[in-house]
Amino acid sequence: MFTSLPGVLFDGVAYGSLLFLMSIGLSVTMGLMRFINLAHGAFAMLGGYVCVVGMARLGVPFLATLPLAFLAAAAAGAVLERALYRRLYRRGPLDQVLFSLGLTLMSVAGATYVWGSGQQPMHLPGFLLGQVRVLGVDLGIYRLFLVALVATITAALVLLVRRTRFGARLRASVDDAQASAGLGIDVTRVFSVTFALGSGLAGLGGALAIDVLGLDPTFPLKYLVYFLLVVVVGGAGSIAGTLAASLLLGLFDVSGKYYVPAAGAFVIYALMVVLLLLFPGGLRRGAR
Amino acid sequence: MSAVLRTEGLSRSWGALQAVKEVSFALQAGARHALIGPNGAGKTTLVNLLTGTVPPQAGNVFLDGDRITHLPQHLRVKRGMTRTFQITTLFPGLTVLESVLLAICERKGLGASWWRPVARHAAEIDEARRVVRDLQLEAEADVPTRSLPYGKQRLLEIAVALASRPRVLLLDEPAAGIPVSESAEVFGVLASLPRDVTILFIEHDMNLVFRFAERITVLVEGSILVEGTPQEIAADARVREVYLGEGGHG
Amino acid sequence: MSGFAAVRLPDARWHPAEVAFWVALAAAPFVFPGHLVLGSQVLITGLFALSLDLILGYAGIVSLGHAAMFGAGAYTAGLLARHGWGEPLSGLAAAAVAGAAIAWATSFIAVRGGDLTRLMVTLGIGLMLYEAANQAARVTGGVDGLSDMAVRDLLGVFPFDLAGRTAYVYSFAVLFAVFLVCRRIVRSPFGLSLRGIRDGARRMPALGSPVRRRLIAIYSVSGAIAGIAGALLAQTTQFVGLEVLGFARSADLLVMLVLGGAGWLYGGLIGAALFMVAQNQLSSMNPVYWQFWLGLLLVAMVFVARGGVVGAIGLARERILGRAAR
Repeated sequence: MFTSLPGVLFDGVAYGSLLFLMSIGLSVTMGLMRFINLAHGAFAMLGGYVCVVGMARLGVPFLATLPLAFLAAAAAGAVLERALYRRLYRRGPLDQVLFSLGLTLMSVAGATYVWGSGQQPMHLPGFLLGQVRVLGVDLGIYRLFLVALVATITAALVLLVRRTRFGARLRASVDDAQASAGLGIDVTRVFSVTFALGSGLAGLGGALAIDVLGLDPTFPLKYLVYFLLVVVVGGAGSIAGTLAASLLLGLFDVSGKYYVPAAGAFVIYALMVVLLLLFPGGLRRGAR
Repeated sequence: MSAVLRTEGLSRSWGALQAVKEVSFALQAGARHALIGPNGAGKTTLVNLLTGTVPPQAGNVFLDGDRITHLPQHLRVKRGMTRTFQITTLFPGLTVLESVLLAICERKGLGASWWRPVARHAAEIDEARRVVRDLQLEAEADVPTRSLPYGKQRLLEIAVALASRPRVLLLDEPAAGIPVSESAEVFGVLASLPRDVTILFIEHDMNLVFRFAERITVLVEGSILVEGTPQEIAADARVREVYLGEGGHG
Repeated sequence: MSGFAAVRLPDARWHPAEVAFWVALAAAPFVFPGHLVLGSQVLITGLFALSLDLILGYAGIVSLGHAAMFGAGAYTAGLLARHGWGEPLSGLAAAAVAGAAIAWATSFIAVRGGDLTRLMVTLGIGLMLYEAANQAARVTGGVDGLSDMAVRDLLGVFPFDLAGRTAYVYSFAVLFAVFLVCRRIVRSPFGLSLRGIRDGARRMPALGSPVRRRLIAIYSVSGAIAGIAGALLAQTTQFVGLEVLGFARSADLLVMLVLGGAGWLYGGLIGAALFMVAQNQLSSMNPVYWQFWLGLLLVAMVFVARGGVVGAIGLARERILGRAAR
């Protein structure tokens, strides 16, 4: 059983990286705007469908659809934030839940209408298929690609947040939006850019996830819990926390499904409840 | 005269900012004690420490000689210590009468009573009506809090606190936002409270402070600068320099 | 004392509109004998919505996982009936205990933490139970559902007929009884304290109120009622599917309650009726349309109702029905 452990662990890391990519946007917007956005998965789904349509209808190679997925989701995020989300930041959690739930339903219905309710087939390019032997363990090439890509993006995000002026404004706004506005930071702009960026990353994640998780119109609802889980456990607004939570959950989910298949997804939810009991404020805030 | 509320070396910081620095303070029974100081001096934080809204990082709080430093807020209320809030903290959906009634029911331990309707609790309703009348809110008794003008909300803030029949009443800027002509009335109500209620109040309006307080503590940057009678404080050069000298408040 | 005569406090008096409402419901078997099956479903869902109203409308807890208690009750009653204990009323009682137990056990996390944590916890518990039921297919029937239930005659006299007459009367009686209890609860000092917690959780400890204890209590009661509703569903349809624990059921419930208006007990009943009748008509035409328009309705509701959906509906309702509707 334990000979397969490195392989399982690697799978868990790959899965966790994917989760991170899809959830980081939600985490930052939740930490920044304190907005409960249940529709975040819809942006991931959009990215997925852009990728599929690009490859199947327009003949665009897989790697080229990735930036398209990012841009499409980011654009959708920017438009929706401006038109709708922005007006609801002061509302209570119930209104935010109802609104984002409504958006989600609309997106699921829309996707079903346009593309049908079945799973979208995905044909990865040849060079991403197969396995490679690293240190005596067989690792999937696509998963290696995922991990490498997400690692690069994470590094870029950290640089963005720590080294750029935008990043400084973002950190200040997460800490205290009111005070930042008082200091002259255009908080509205920070919100918009962050929301668009987060949605774009989700879209990218959605496209990358097709091979791993599949893609059908119920995607936003199916994986909503995972995204929320990652954000709550990692602590909204924290890149490190979100990364830790994603990897943790990825590892537990994959290991759980591999070693205790009878329990299925139960392990993840049980883990979440336990973590919330121990760290009510998220991993970042530490134990009570 | 004994200290009904006492602190020893109470401290609380927020990151690098030390809001309250080793404050040792005593509130005598039956006092009419004012806590003044420039903005950001730590007055509200001190009240938060006294009421249990915020835990201290060092020091102790004693109520009637019992150490209550880490006692949860609602248990301190049960022991007779009640406060009002600087930012009106009331119940938007409840009417004036309902808000006061709620405080009375909680005080009498009726909060768990789930069968008899509120309207049938005659004794509590009578008491609520008296409190509402004392604070001149009868005309608004049936108005939901969210529809009340700000000045009336401040009055309700006090009414709700009084409904808990506190032995120690901590008021955080009770007259803030009330027109000057009416604020004297509010303090009149407070002045008419019997001596078995000890009052500590934070206030910026110096006229009210000097009219009503019998003892004043000046808090500056988290520490007590000086304490004394209104005459002593008015005459103190340090106070004038630090506080009154800055163009004067209120 | 002058000036106080006009003050209205929560009391047990019945508004004529309320009486008319219940009489109308009771008369349904005679007026619409052909729609009793749908009728029972509406009553049962209304009861479920009532349980959510207690925690959402009165205590301010937003839950996305109330189906957990509903499903627990359904499976409890279903399993009892399946394994030889078909007596309905005791099955109902067992389901109430099951629902209350789950609510009580999870209330400790649900009442701590901020809004998001609470949402997650309620969502997570619901999903956990769903997965557990899915995995324990040998016991619960898994995706195929639990059937082969032998539900005995109600009170030993009334069999559950295909026309649904017994089911309707049974559901109505249970709903009305529970409603009476809830009505008392919300109009009592306890109910007042719940509204206090909903409106000003920060102030409540300053009043000497043990907030957590109150929330745990109402959450458990709500769980018991949800369990009862689930049991009713199981007993009247003689079937329990996995979806009783599903996210869709919790989400739909939230929508129903908000539609009818949370915070006045009748909102859940009316919302359930509107939602289910509409769903019945529209969903059979095209489920995608139903989903889309429902989503659009939610978005529109949030935008059109400034200051909150519940508030706006509440204001309109107050104007129509007067102050008695609290």
